Amino acid sequence: MSTKAARARPFRPQIQLGRLFIYLFLISGALLALFPFIWMVLTSLKTQTEVARGAFWPEQFRWFNYIEAWGEAEWGPYFDVHGKWVPGYFLNTLFIAFCTVTANLFTDVLAAYAFARIRFPGKNVIFFTFLATMMIPGEVTIIPNFLLVSKLGWVNSYLGLIVPWTASVFYIFLLRQFFIGIPDDLYDAALMDGCGHFRFLIQIVLPLSKAALVTVILFSFIGSWNAFLWPLIVARDVALYPIQVGLRSFITEMGNEVHLMMAAATFVIVPVLLLYFFTQKQFTEGIATTGLKG
Amino acid sequence: MVGLSDAAEGGVQPRFGFLSGRRGRYLREALQGYLYILPATIILVLFHFFPVFYAFYISLHKWFIVKGPYIGFANYHRALTTDKFWNAIRVTLWYVVGTVPIQLFLALVIAYLLFQKIRGKEGLRMIYFLPYVTSTVASGAVFAKMFNPTFGPVNKVLAALGLPMLRWMKEPRGIFTVLGEQLGIHFPFAGPSVALVTIMFFVIWFWVGYDTTIFLAGLGAIPYELYEAAKIDGAGRWQLFRHITLPLLSPTTFFLSLVAVIGSFKAFNHVFIMAAASANEIGGPLGTTTTMAILIYNNAFGTPTFGYASAMSFLLFILILIVSLIQNYIGGKQVHYM
Repeated sequence: MSTKAARARPFRPQIQLGRLFIYLFLISGALLALFPFIWMVLTSLKTQTEVARGAFWPEQFRWFNYIEAWGEAEWGPYFDVHGKWVPGYFLNTLFIAFCTVTANLFTDVLAAYAFARIRFPGKNVIFFTFLATMMIPGEVTIIPNFLLVSKLGWVNSYLGLIVPWTASVFYIFLLRQFFIGIPDDLYDAALMDGCGHFRFLIQIVLPLSKAALVTVILFSFIGSWNAFLWPLIVARDVALYPIQVGLRSFITEMGNEVHLMMAAATFVIVPVLLLYFFTQKQFTEGIATTGLKG
Repeated sequence: MVGLSDAAEGGVQPRFGFLSGRRGRYLREALQGYLYILPATIILVLFHFFPVFYAFYISLHKWFIVKGPYIGFANYHRALTTDKFWNAIRVTLWYVVGTVPIQLFLALVIAYLLFQKIRGKEGLRMIYFLPYVTSTVASGAVFAKMFNPTFGPVNKVLAALGLPMLRWMKEPRGIFTVLGEQLGIHFPFAGPSVALVTIMFFVIWFWVGYDTTIFLAGLGAIPYELYEAAKIDGAGRWQLFRHITLPLLSPTTFFLSLVAVIGSFKAFNHVFIMAAASANEIGGPLGTTTTMAILIYNNAFGTPTFGYASAMSFLLFILILIVSLIQNYIGGKQVHYM
């Protein structure tokens, strides 16, 4: 026993040192990843002079900054000069996100199911044409889309903000991969019971695909929440601004009031971070499948 | 709803003769297929497919808000002969070279270490991933302010370490010029501007967690038996990594590099915001951070020259295709599938 321990000992410090190095590396990396968040929140609680001085820690946490930042722009609902109710940036975004997610679920699930299960001529050609459109950079389509939306009279309207994003090749692909994994036996059995595609989709495929559906909902919600360039072009009135466009104009208007800017950045980022915390597993699985299948 | 589903299933006798029988069932199934893809197809054709052709059409015209005369490839010629365009290409290429390899290398190291038996693995992975879910408008503004030359924490840390402070987003000179000045060495090339390097820091911060997550999934897919077998043959840790992990991970690496390069060519939001968030301060990057996407935006929605901007967007598209093809060619030789 004692000899064994004596023999093993010389090797141990080395192994421990390796472990220590790994932990040190990973933890300092994590701190670097977290630092911008920490700095953002700390700065949002400082006074303007503290920011200008470059103090790291605020002398007093000024939670009032959040109320001030909220009051400085149209974040929440309000009545405009004509007494008309305006939803404000947050409700605008929630409304746009809700419509986009719902519409995407409808269009993408149906298309994905057809590509996975239904036999029709030209299926593969259509599917690969869809996939090929993923290669097209947004820069190419943004000008014609803007012109198209103008022709439809949708500039500066919710329709213009929502409709172009109501179907997505990426989600169709994601769902199709998932639907294909559902065993043929299930469909054959359902067919024996006189079940057609629609009922099979609703009663069997969808309940089995909760994970994939949640992934699509999450991704498209966060996509709408973080959307910037398109709404920047289409939303002209402040009353129609979604949060990212609102935040951008807030950033340019606030100039030197960095503490308020960081308070606003915090309340724009935090909802998505919370959503991510609570749905982590789904999220990671979704991300990982996109990588593996690609 | 019930009626629709019944008809769709063929539960009721079809009203039309050609839809009955064996051939009819096939036809009904096909019709159903088209019906199912119809909603998505309308949207995709209208807003993704058709716009490509429309953009090409626009690019062949003088198009200042409203359509002007047909001018052939004049817009392309104009783009290819201006400095601004080539400057944007240079900026974009620097951006790719400065972010993609570093981001992939860091992510690979982190994923490899996280894959070992580590405590708090899940927590760490989650922290690394956080940047990816943030809006680039918000986090871009945070970075712009973190790198502020006077009050930003980055310069404070540099000063505390006795290192020279940089002007970051306000510094249009090349990184090598500035470093060379500090070190007393003269580099023969200027490199990307310090302002662009600041943006690169953001990009790496933003993407490392995403890459790590995908690398982790790739590592998990490598069969454990391979390692066992190699260990029995006396392979060391480095040999395992070099001869099993790296080659079997190469499809993942290839996928990530493709995504990263294509993403880099489209870089817009954070570049736009980081410049905007420091616009009120004195000095600026003087166009050294104008990527292709920014240049196209400025020409489309700053001065509305839609024809010219569309021509540039097509050139960007061609550039992306060429780079992807090259990557595919190189990747095809390097990637090992199981």
